[in-house]
This record gives sequence, structure tokens and C-alpha cells, in this order.
Amino acid sequence: MLTVRERWTGIGGSAVALGAILVFIAAAVLALLLFQPASSGGAIFTSYTWNVLRFTLLQAALSTALATGLAIPVALSLARRPHFFGRIWILRLMALPMGLPVLVVSLGLIAVWGRQGIANDLLLTLGLSEPISIYGLSGILLAHIFFNLPLACRLMVASLERLPGEYWKLAASLRLTPLSLFRFIEWPALRQVLPGIAGLIFMLCATSFTIVLVLGGGPAATTLEVAIYQSLRFDFDPPRAIALSLLQIALTGLVLALLGLVKRAEENGTTLAAPSRRFDGWTGTALVWDVVTIAMAVLFLLLPLLAVFMSGLRADLGRLLTSSAFMQAAATSAAIAVASTLLASFVSICIIKGRLAVTDLRDAGKAGRTYRGLLGASSSLVLLVPPVVLGTGWFLLLRPVGDVSCIAPFLVSIINALMALPFVMRVLEPSMQTHHDRTSRLVAGLGISGVWKLWHIDRPVLLKPALLALSFAMALSLGDLGAVALFGSNDFVTLPWLLYSRLSSYRTADADGLALILGVLCLLLTIAGTFERPTERSGHAAG
Amino acid sequence: MQQDKQGPDIHLRDVRLRLGETRFHFVGTVQGGCITALIGPSGSGKSTLLNLIAGFDAPQSGKIVFGTEEVTKKHPSHRPVSLIFQDHNLFGHLDLFTNVGLGIHPSLKLSAEDRRQVSTALARVGLAGMEQRKPATLSGGEKQRAAFARALVRHKPVLLMDEPFAALDPGLRSDMAALLVELHRETGSTVLMVTHDPDEVERLSQRVMFVEGGRIMLETSVSDLGEHREIFAVGRFLRT
Repeated sequence: MLTVRERWTGIGGSAVALGAILVFIAAAVLALLLFQPASSGGAIFTSYTWNVLRFTLLQAALSTALATGLAIPVALSLARRPHFFGRIWILRLMALPMGLPVLVVSLGLIAVWGRQGIANDLLLTLGLSEPISIYGLSGILLAHIFFNLPLACRLMVASLERLPGEYWKLAASLRLTPLSLFRFIEWPALRQVLPGIAGLIFMLCATSFTIVLVLGGGPAATTLEVAIYQSLRFDFDPPRAIALSLLQIALTGLVLALLGLVKRAEENGTTLAAPSRRFDGWTGTALVWDVVTIAMAVLFLLLPLLAVFMSGLRADLGRLLTSSAFMQAAATSAAIAVASTLLASFVSICIIKGRLAVTDLRDAGKAGRTYRGLLGASSSLVLLVPPVVLGTGWFLLLRPVGDVSCIAPFLVSIINALMALPFVMRVLEPSMQTHHDRTSRLVAGLGISGVWKLWHIDRPVLLKPALLALSFAMALSLGDLGAVALFGSNDFVTLPWLLYSRLSSYRTADADGLALILGVLCLLLTIAGTFERPTERSGHAAG
Repeated sequence: MQQDKQGPDIHLRDVRLRLGETRFHFVGTVQGGCITALIGPSGSGKSTLLNLIAGFDAPQSGKIVFGTEEVTKKHPSHRPVSLIFQDHNLFGHLDLFTNVGLGIHPSLKLSAEDRRQVSTALARVGLAGMEQRKPATLSGGEKQRAAFARALVRHKPVLLMDEPFAALDPGLRSDMAALLVELHRETGSTVLMVTHDPDEVERLSQRVMFVEGGRIMLETSVSDLGEHREIFAVGRFLRT
């Protein structure tokens, strides 16, 4: 129950927020569509764009297959051993890659899997003749596995842990062999979540920018996103950038539509109950298999992170931290991160409040339901048009007007905010919805409103999800290279951009140091977001 | 109940176990070939006793003996035991035939004779012709019947049940109890069943085991239970 005023501010606010998103995206897309090229080379399918599209799909498909396929044994082993020392830390390690800047992790991967890296040394001593190349397709796949295997693994473990505890008792009692246990219990559970997981990973890999920018090379290993960036930034060939952008929108649209058909992969929060006890895997072979599988996964994830840490410490951190280039970039990054985080939260809250307000209208009718659905779809809309495409559109739009670099910080902030929007909404909406359902009638009955309500009713319940959303949005913006790549210049430098330019100019010591700083910043933000506060006086926590 | 294939006595010899802050100490015998109702307040250790006998919990000391064979160190899969829980007795994504068939062979390598046996068992519990049905399409009572069918094809001398009828409504409960008594007459297995329902105790069990505070306080025949009202909790269980 909302007051009439609350209801209409909710609906009005969300309309403004939705309108702003639509206008911002539409302007970029229209700029692409209506751009009059000086030279007439507007064909969308040239052999170049065709090759780029083919490679984009190929690497995304391979990445998805490898990341999901390799995650299965790891997830099975982790789920089979629900109680061992350090397991919770392994699961936390698997949550880490999502929160870390891609650029930072790429450096770690190069350190481990590069020509001088320990992985290749090991493989060479084991008798492999050709080292694995961290550049080109193999490098891109490796990096995509690094980011997505843990994601897939966590989702799979969650799905296995959701199975009733009786299953494992029955399996033991029926003497199911490991193979029939997999066939009759584990595989059917995994099969349910696999399409969602694979779809999600495919989407992430098809729109991957930074990994391909750093590890890809030449026309042979370029995805649409990177090709757009290169067309604009290096070749200044707007028609090609436009053709590629339209292809990219068509591709993401197609993938999103397909994703809509399968069940969404959800972790359903971390399950509150402790995982059920398992009675299989008590033979020596099973134990050895699980230990080796889990240890390899942990090493695979841990080594690149350690490499970032170690080589970062070797850099002259003191000089780096006090250099004017760093301070300038840090200030710019901080300003953009704060601005985009606030914007993302504000827009999300407007949209969620609007959805709640429409739900509250008992006689909303068809129009109301449509509007509610439209508000919900706004976050998918953001996924449809990737940051580089948005940037390209606005770049073309603003170039005739004047100096793009003056407006660049604002554009990057807005694009970062839009990128964070789906995540912020996914964190905030369920909590706000539940909180609203639980308290709205009581609050209306007592006539509580305003700041007092915000502090005493909303804050105790919503603080935690809000912190999580804020820290996530901020880490995302701090580590993002995609939006800034188009606009970065000597006058406009963020931390990731500084890191990337140091890397491109082979100042590796500086790059290593910057990577460590950026990595630690994002790590701290992630920890702050998930930080468990000691429970407050329960009297105030209006449940 | 005197049959040649009668189920074994289950002896608990000084079985001690500590789970967190709770200590259990079980001494006693479950009579072979009988249906024994396991009663007692919540948290008293009924399920833990079942877990110990099935092998899902290992005692810190003491011995568990089936007839003359000690099973204390045996893995659950090597104990001659069938299980029926209150819920989730069937793998939800597998049809009834597979669910029951897994009771005969763990990789479902079934001979024609085995297949016939599965169908017979299903018919025996009143689920004739429902081999292809998935558990989600069955009622609660039908699911428990299917679990009985699986216990039937397994031919294990010991059957442990943790509140098998608790999720069913009263009418269905007495039907199921009748079915259980009938099946038991044929198999003669040793049945230990956790229950909270005094009617159920009277209707289908011959013996009663009363557990409280992690100990077996009483093991007696059902007809003598009334004489033990001096144990406060027994009195409360009988609602007097």
C-alpha cells in the first residue's frame, strides 16, 4: 500500500529514468544508422566483417564449450566433498574473477602462460614441443576459461547442493556406482542448469572486449567489439565501425532472444542450509581424483592472481603512487566511478520503485502490466547495445559539435552506469520487493514516511544489498576499459587506460605495479560489499 | 511371525556418538522379524539411531550387530538395509520403472526376469501399469507406494523407515499401514519405523522402542506399553 503521492512519484520517476535510458541508447543507434559516410562503403557484409563475425562466434562457442565442460568435473568433485577445511575459501576464490578488472587478470595470465611463464616451462619439461601461446585464439580461450569456469562451477555446485539429502543416502543404500550416480542423479541435475549457464557464458564471451584487445592480435583474432574500436580509433573508418556495430547489435539481440528461451542461470543466493552429507566417493581412487581435480582448478585460478601480486610488488610502488600520471588517473577514475555508481543506483531505484508502484495499482490493467514489463526489460536493453557501440554512436554524434574529449568523462560515466545497471537491479530488486511486501501495509497503517522511514525501516534491511550493489558498480567502473578505450587521450586518462598505455608502450614494471594497485582496490571493494556486519539491535530491524 | 527367512535381530552394544553438543548412548536390541515403532520426543535421537543402523553415522565406540554379523565398520552400501524416508524417496527426474529397477541393479542392467519383477512389485503396491510415470505426476501416497515397491524388489532383511506416512492425510495413512502389514507378512523382515502417531503404533507394530535424551529408555511389546505410563514422556505420547 502506497500513498497516492508515493505511487505517482514512483511511476513518474521510473518514466523519466526509462525515458533517459531509451533516449541515450536510441541517440547512439540513430547516429550509427543515419551517419552519412564521405566515401560510399556502407556494405555490412564485406569479407573483413564476415571474418570478424566468424571469429567472434568461433571463440565464443569454443570458450563456452571449454569453460562449461571443464567446470563439470570440478563442480562434481566440490559437491561430492561438502565438508573439508578451506572449501569455503575455494568457493570464494571462484567468486573473485568476476569482481577483478579484466585487464589486471590478463597481466597475470600472461605472466603464467606467456612465453616465459611457469606453465609453459612445465609443459616443455614434460615434453611438449610447442609452447601454448597466450596470444591469439588459444590465449583468448584461456582467459575466457579463467573468468567463466569458476562462474559455471559455482552455479553447478549450487544446483547439485539443491538436491535433497535423501538422494545421497538412497544412492549409498542402493550401491550406485560412481558412473550410475552420475547418470541417474548428478547429470540430470546439471542438465537442467547447463543451457542457462552456457547461454550466459556465450553472451559474456561474444561481447568480450578487453581480453581480445590485449590477447587477440591482427585481423585473424579480432571480435566485433575490438574491430569496432580499431575501425574508429586507428583506421578512422566510420562506415566499417557502423557496419560492425549493427552486426554486433544483431548478434547480441539474437543471443539475448535465445537466452530468453532457456531457464536463467541463478545461484539462488548461497543456500542457507549447510550442504547435505555425501556417502559416495569414499574409495581411495575417488579421493585422489577429487583432490587432483580441485587442486588443479585452484592452481589455475590462483597462479595468475599470485603472479599479479608478486610482479606488482617488484615494481617501484612508492614512485608509482606519487607520480603525477597516477594521481591524475586515480582522481579521474574515482570521479567517474562515484558518478557512475550513483547514477546506476539512482536509475535502478527509480525503475524498481516504478515497478512496485505499478504492482500496487490494483486496477492497473493491461497498460500497467506492459509498463511494468518494459521497466523490467530495460536492463536487457542495456545488454543489447554494448558499451563500445554506445561509445561509437555518441562519438559520431558529438564529433561535428566540437571537442569530444571535454564531454568524454560524462559519456564514460553514463556508459559505465548503464553497464552496471543490470547487476545493480538484480541485487536490489529482490530485496526491495521483499522489503516492500513485508512492510508496506504496516508502514501505511502507522503513517510512517519520509526520512524517518528511510532510516528506521528501510536502512536496516536494505543496507546490505545496497552496499553490495554499490561496491559492485564501483568495481565495475574502476576496472572498465571498454568505455574509456574510445575516448582515452592524454587529457583523459583513467587507471585502466593508464595501465593499458603502459602495457602498450612496454613499460611492464609500471604496468605490473598499476595492475596490483587496481586489483587490490577492486578486491577491497568486493570485500566491503559482502562484508557481514554484526547484527544490529534486533528491535529496529523491522522484519 | 515365525518364518524361515525372518529378519535378524539388531543389537546395539554400548554405541556412543557425539554430534556437536549432543551425546548419544544406545544399548538395546531391535527384535528380528518384527515391526518395531521407534517413538520419542523430537530431538531425542530417533533419526540418529536410524542413521547409525543404516551406516550414515559411525559410532565413536561400541558395536552394531545384525544377527551374528558385526556391521559397525561397514559402509552403508554394504549393509543389508532398505530405507524409506518421509519424502524424496524417488529420484524426481526418473520414471517409476527406473526408480524401482535401481533397487535390483545399481546400473539398471536388468534381465527380462528382473523387469517382470519390477512390474510385479509395482502391481503389488497398487501401481500397475504406471512404469513410465514420473514422480512429479504422482500423489504423495503413490510416491510412498513406489518406495515400498523398491523395498520389495531389494529383498533386504532390514527395513528402516523415517516417518514414512507423516506427509499423508489420515485416510491414506491407514491404507498404507495396511499395505505395510501385508507386505511384512510376506517378507518377515526386521522393520524399524520412526513415528509420531500413537494409532499407527497400535495398528501395525508388534514392538515399541522409546528413545529420549539420546538413550533407549524402553523396548517392549505394544500390548505392554500401557503399563509404562510411569515414564512421563511415554504417558505424554499416549496422550493420557
